[in-house]
Amino acid sequence: MKSRGLFARTALVLGLVFLYVPIVSMIIFSFNNSRLVTVWDAAHSPTLKWYVALIRNEQILTAAWLSIRIALIAASCAVVLGTLAGMALARFGAFRGRLLLAGMTTAPIVMPEVITGLSLLLLFVALQQLIGWPRGVGAVTIALAHITFCMAYVTVVVQSRLTGFDESLEEAAMDLGARPLVVFLRVTLPLILPAIASGWLLAFTLSWDDLVITQFVAGPGSSTLPMVIFSKVRFGVTPDVNALATILVLIVASGIAISTVWMRYRQKRRERDLQLAAAANL
Amino acid sequence: MRLTQSAGRRLVAGVPILWLLVLFLIPFIIVFRISFSEVRLAIPPYTPLISWRHGTPSLEAHTSAYAFLFTDPLYVSSYLYSLKVAAVSTLCCLLIGYPMAYAIARASAATRSVLLMLIVLPFWTSFLLRVYAWIGLLKNNGVINNTLLYLGVIHHPLALLQTDFAVYIGIVYSYLPFMILPLYANLEKHDPALLEAAADLGARPLRAFLAITLPQSFAGIVAGSLLVFIPAVGEYVIPTLLGRTDQLMIGRVLSDEFFENRDWPVASAVAILILLLLVVPIMLFQRTQRRELEASR
Repeated sequence: MKSRGLFARTALVLGLVFLYVPIVSMIIFSFNNSRLVTVWDAAHSPTLKWYVALIRNEQILTAAWLSIRIALIAASCAVVLGTLAGMALARFGAFRGRLLLAGMTTAPIVMPEVITGLSLLLLFVALQQLIGWPRGVGAVTIALAHITFCMAYVTVVVQSRLTGFDESLEEAAMDLGARPLVVFLRVTLPLILPAIASGWLLAFTLSWDDLVITQFVAGPGSSTLPMVIFSKVRFGVTPDVNALATILVLIVASGIAISTVWMRYRQKRRERDLQLAAAANL
Repeated sequence: MRLTQSAGRRLVAGVPILWLLVLFLIPFIIVFRISFSEVRLAIPPYTPLISWRHGTPSLEAHTSAYAFLFTDPLYVSSYLYSLKVAAVSTLCCLLIGYPMAYAIARASAATRSVLLMLIVLPFWTSFLLRVYAWIGLLKNNGVINNTLLYLGVIHHPLALLQTDFAVYIGIVYSYLPFMILPLYANLEKHDPALLEAAADLGARPLRAFLAITLPQSFAGIVAGSLLVFIPAVGEYVIPTLLGRTDQLMIGRVLSDEFFENRDWPVASAVAILILLLLVVPIMLFQRTQRRELEASR
């Protein structure tokens, strides 16, 4: 018993080291003076010069701004569509098209991205031939593609949250005469709000990060941040990308830290409220 | 009342179904259709499937794109190579991820949430940048070679980048959380009383693991493996940045046919052949997904 626990724990520690060594090395070398990236120039390091180069890089800033706008739109639309799909799958029982919807929301999660990208571009080309819209590829087609693959993830998150709750609360509200829309807004929505929030964050990250599908449906003048990074690193390592990576890791890590602390605080407050309520009932 | 309710329901289910029909299902039909065309110099650069001759439509399906793929050894070999890479990477993910998921599932509740956060955190940072980080580690004057040279373990830098090894590292590194999370979700539900009972009856830990834990976690193994294997077959970024230049993976071939050769029919045929291969794994994945969601009810 003991030996197996030790083996698994060792594997866990080594696995975590494996997951974090590349990230840590990027952070360290973002402060390196040398252009050779992986050769530490002890005499002139640490330095912030790659960070300065980064914020002066017009191309990266423009691409980052486009990526943020697309991710905001894609995540928000994907949350609406994904919540509808999750509601239908978790609450409507058997209905016509259920299997179709279930299939179409799980398949995009595992579908190789080159296939999704190719098929979406061919769709946009065919649509343009047929109805004259969309006019060429660019930010609009990128957003449409991102909404589609992001909503699959939101659906799974919302659906699994909804299946975790039984329907008795919603049924009680219905029995008391509440209309379906009111039931949704006053009962269901507050219950699944955490799932919607994490679904939105997940969708935002996936959209912000996507390269392969985006490359297919992007046009000239609509380069997102991953596309700019990819074209830079394809031809070797560049130190300002290390600086960019460090900034992103910092944002994500602090975001997760803040949300963890906030959730702990809410949990504590709820427990205290429950205790107070119990004490008041005595 | 009844009427508005059913109309509302139709709207709730209908909108996402319609969206996915147009932007997910119909595109595949278009890909399928174009794979039976031939290239031509026009916009769009492929022949129409139905042509009108003297007022009557005639079907013009060409199989030249497929014939081309099967006769040129380049495509067959990159197809098989992708399968090998995906299979080996999935196995490595399983061998590394299983003990990790097991250790997390056995940890105390407080450590468990911290550990899960540590597993998920890299996933929230850019996938592309994490693959890029391995270039800096693996290249000839990279961190790994420099460290080994400094320690005197080796005297000449090892060629690590642009090898199969680098691709395995990249895929295992990027997809490991997708293996760990379903395995953890499964292992966490196991009843420790069963293992205690086995120990009381005199079973050694390894035997108890093989007889109880492993079979019970089968669903988690399947789900995790499919989540790694299916996208890995069509992986594009990792082999492009870390992999060999003399042996391409099929996802890269598809992309090159489309962007470099502008051969839409061949690119579509490649996509259809990847899909044919993945249709069974994808349906298997959907079934495990559905069971998982129904079990949590």
